[in-house]
Amino acid sequence: MSSGRRRGARARLPVPALVLAAVAIAFFALPLVGLLWRAPWSNAWRYLTDDDALTALRLSIVCSLWATALSIVFGVPLAWVLARVEFPGRTVVRALCTLSMVLPPVVGGVALFFALGRRGLVGQYLDRWFDIRLPFTTAGVVVAQTFVAMPFLVITVEAALRQLDQRVEDAARTLGASRWYTFRRVTLPAVRPALVAGAVLSWARALGEFGATITFAGNFPGTTQTMPLAVYLSLETNPEEAIVLALLLIAISFGVLVGLRDRWFGARTAVAA
Amino acid sequence: MRRHPRLLVASLVIASLVVAACGDDDTEATPTTVAATEAPAVTDAPAATDAAATTAMETPAVEGTVTVFAAASLTAAFTEIGEVFMTEYPDAEVVFNFAASSELVTQIGEGAPADVFASADRNNMTKLTDAGGNATEPTLFARNLLEIIVGPGNPSGIAGVADLADEDLIVVTCAPEVPCGKYAAEIFANAGVTVTPKSLEENVKAVASKVTLGEADAGIVYRTDVIAAGADASGVEIPEDINVVAEYPVAVTKDASNAEGAQAFIDFVLAEHGREILDSYGFLAP
Repeated sequence: MSSGRRRGARARLPVPALVLAAVAIAFFALPLVGLLWRAPWSNAWRYLTDDDALTALRLSIVCSLWATALSIVFGVPLAWVLARVEFPGRTVVRALCTLSMVLPPVVGGVALFFALGRRGLVGQYLDRWFDIRLPFTTAGVVVAQTFVAMPFLVITVEAALRQLDQRVEDAARTLGASRWYTFRRVTLPAVRPALVAGAVLSWARALGEFGATITFAGNFPGTTQTMPLAVYLSLETNPEEAIVLALLLIAISFGVLVGLRDRWFGARTAVAA
Repeated sequence: MRRHPRLLVASLVIASLVVAACGDDDTEATPTTVAATEAPAVTDAPAATDAAATTAMETPAVEGTVTVFAAASLTAAFTEIGEVFMTEYPDAEVVFNFAASSELVTQIGEGAPADVFASADRNNMTKLTDAGGNATEPTLFARNLLEIIVGPGNPSGIAGVADLADEDLIVVTCAPEVPCGKYAAEIFANAGVTVTPKSLEENVKAVASKVTLGEADAGIVYRTDVIAAGADASGVEIPEDINVVAEYPVAVTKDASNAEGAQAFIDFVLAEHGREILDSYGFLAP
């Protein structure tokens, strides 16, 4: 497989594809270059060490990691059910669980109010019986982020589970492995690249989440003001600061994505596949 | 190795998401500039046909597209004014771009095609004039007072600003970065109370909707927002001695492509009919 592929790639480069790809790369790179071009480098350090910015950054990282963890805990079983369990209306359920990807985030935030808000379907009982209120709390930020981020993990993991040769799992079972052991030692390692990719996508989505967060959780420094909210609000008064904060957010995401790619998606992929 | 292309795509998706998220998600408010390219040779219109269009007014012919950048709080009132303006000047077309005043200034600074700029505060108008972005001197055309917005029928029994200090109440205001948040802070200072909002919203409509949705007990908004909320909210007036007056200036922009139309629109806003419409939405005379 690998020798044939290598020869093909070296021989003739398809020019039209390369040109289109170059346009696509420029399309993504230019806005970033624009930010770098307009960045007030002489004041950058002052903005970066601003207390409010650091608070927002810390909150962003903590909340996005929580959202990613929740996405894994609930998203992997969901992906497994969608991939492996035959039940009527599965297509509808799948569409339902990925709806938040296409929903405008602000609408998602309002919908969360109707479900989990103080007057919401479930929220009114959370409030009355348990004294739990999600809007305007850090937990609310995590809920909003999880709501928009989890589908990215679910569809990635579900696709991998579908591609997996089930005979491997069957073989493990016939060799006496328990269902949980099989899942842990056979299924999970096989879909690990997809799981990592899905988790990273979810995390990136949660980190950049704006609309649902500001709608459902509001904006208060230290409790609900995440980095994208801080960036947006500083655009109102201090665009220079907004650019610096945006670049910081981009740098962190970029670093993680590049780092993870080399570490997880490189050599080990072959083993898992 | 089949997975590699997909992962590359995934990482590009991530990159785009991150960049997208750092921009302004829900605020892109590009004006739907109607291509007004009919009649390239604009000469003096025959006086006879024009007189019919402009009836009593002795103004020069107003035609073409007038692009108005106006503060979000003016949305309802200016939309109506625009409609009436167009019946008065059938050859003109008014196109609006409503957003936060600060955002509009940025857009104009970046070259957005505006003929008129109507701001919700002096500060943002000053940003424009300081940059030399105005063609005419800004004129005040309206004032607005701040008010406490509460649920319909005032279920929490809020009597005034002092009651908002109650820690058990969920109070929301605008963020200090936007004018309505600055005003709210001034009012709390004037009243000598310490209020800890649960959220500092990005614009005044978000404050109003938190209250109309029942998630917040009270908020500080403009009087016009309480009126716009109708039956979904009630208002508690803030006494004059601690209230803040928001002033709305308007000006023709320097790069206006239709300066005549822009001036006609501003004149219309300042004239009796425009005044009446602004009145009906709760704006005070300048």
